[in-house]
Amino acid sequence: MSKKAKNQVGTTGHVWDGDLEELNNPLPRWWLWIFYATIVFAIGYTILYPAWPLPGGETPGLLHKSTRADVAAEIARFKAMNAEIEAKLASADLTTIKDDPELYSYALQSGAATFATYCSQCHGSGAAGAKGYPNLLDNDWLWGGTIEDVAYTIRHGVRNNDDEDARYSQMPAFGKDEILSEEEIDQVVNYVRSLSGLPDVDPALAEAGATVFADNCAACHGEDGKGDRAQGAPNLTDAIWLYGSDFDTIKHNVENGPFGVMPAWGMNPNFDDARINAVAAYVHSLGGGE
Amino acid sequence: MALLDKHVILEKNATLLLIFSFLVVTVGGIVEIAPLFYLENTIEKVEGVRPYTPLELAGRNIYIREGCYVCHSQMIRPMRDEVERYGHYSLAAESMYDHPFQWGSKRTGPDLARVGGRYSDEWHVDHLTNPQSVVPESVMPKYGFLLDNVITPESTYIRDMVATNRFVGVPYTDEQMAAIEADFWSQADPDGNVYEDSDPDALVERYPGAQTRNFDGRPEVTEMDALIAYLQVLGTMVDFSTFEPVASR
Repeated sequence: MSKKAKNQVGTTGHVWDGDLEELNNPLPRWWLWIFYATIVFAIGYTILYPAWPLPGGETPGLLHKSTRADVAAEIARFKAMNAEIEAKLASADLTTIKDDPELYSYALQSGAATFATYCSQCHGSGAAGAKGYPNLLDNDWLWGGTIEDVAYTIRHGVRNNDDEDARYSQMPAFGKDEILSEEEIDQVVNYVRSLSGLPDVDPALAEAGATVFADNCAACHGEDGKGDRAQGAPNLTDAIWLYGSDFDTIKHNVENGPFGVMPAWGMNPNFDDARINAVAAYVHSLGGGE
Repeated sequence: MALLDKHVILEKNATLLLIFSFLVVTVGGIVEIAPLFYLENTIEKVEGVRPYTPLELAGRNIYIREGCYVCHSQMIRPMRDEVERYGHYSLAAESMYDHPFQWGSKRTGPDLARVGGRYSDEWHVDHLTNPQSVVPESVMPKYGFLLDNVITPESTYIRDMVATNRFVGVPYTDEQMAAIEADFWSQADPDGNVYEDSDPDALVERYPGAQTRNFDGRPEVTEMDALIAYLQVLGTMVDFSTFEPVASR
């Protein structure tokens, strides 16, 4: 700061204690002009953009700027850009979708994005699932692994109350509802564990469990325990366990009857046919697709 | 500059200075306060928004107590990426009965403004008990203890809570006020396991669209019930299939 003599800038005219004066230095020009500019900007802003709240609503501004209209326009713009291929995807025959490389690649990309938003919370961002939420990477399918089966499951969901076409089945709570005694449950759990060759099976209990299984479980899980996709009954002879293969977990499930739920995405307003087909194509492509 | 030089008169006369200071502050005050009287006009009228049920309100208190808002906002902004991910942008009316509101822009976790109905109750129990069991990359803490905290209308001070909300302007009716305890039980215990006089139909009549079921799968009514009841109602009150946004907003 330059030190100007008081006779150059003058004083404010105030004098204290006889000789204490106040120099009247002007504000720096750059500061002053920015200050004036902000005032002009503010006035311009209130004229151009929505600003003053009035009894009948706020002033709209000359530009009629509206974030709502902007977002609607932007969404419409992207919709229009994809309209052609989305229409094609919505009416595509899923079994032959792979024959159209352009459509298939669009479906995979779109399906992956949708999967990350809506499916990953349960099935995992890599689709490996979690306890109680099926792994979509393997070829062990509860309700069928063809692309059309997958699309049906996505559209209608599993065991939800929203869609009457949802895939539905319910394993009885053999223990809670006292269908089987504790002893019988122990036997059948040993038998089930023996089916897939798990260790520490009591052979005597397992042998007794075979009868219990045939009488109570075979109707859904099959005589050989290989499951039934029409009823979503899992294959019990492989190494894949939705809830875990340890004795206590299987026993808990026999006692209480697991009841996994999946939403009916077809009922979701954000899902149209194209989106369901895209997710089906993506899930089908993950490795286990039949 | 002649007029400006007269400031000495004000500065040397305390009463005058006080009067003129007051006038200046009055102008500023009117500019800032007067628009608040038109606040009602700035909230778009939207069908379907209702006050929270007592159980949802209790869940909301747990949400605030546990600091969920530190990582989760409840405000979907009008931008394409947010609308595509979370659903329709939030409307002012949707949080008009929120005291305090849960808007925000800091999101360590996702926005929850429309989390209602998006996941099953079982998922919420699994996820709140151990978030990493369903979302391995999650940094969310575990809230399994909510399952062990059995609650009653008394332990949650729910009558006081509802009364306070009514005091600050939430339009709870006299009928709703009379049935606070019954509604609290009926929502999480519709089968009457704990509360014999459970009457979920009456609750739904008082609070249209309220979901009544055992949210956490345990016979007792727990904090988990309340929190999930609250999460499941978030963003579901307005039917966006029939909603027409006012273009000028």
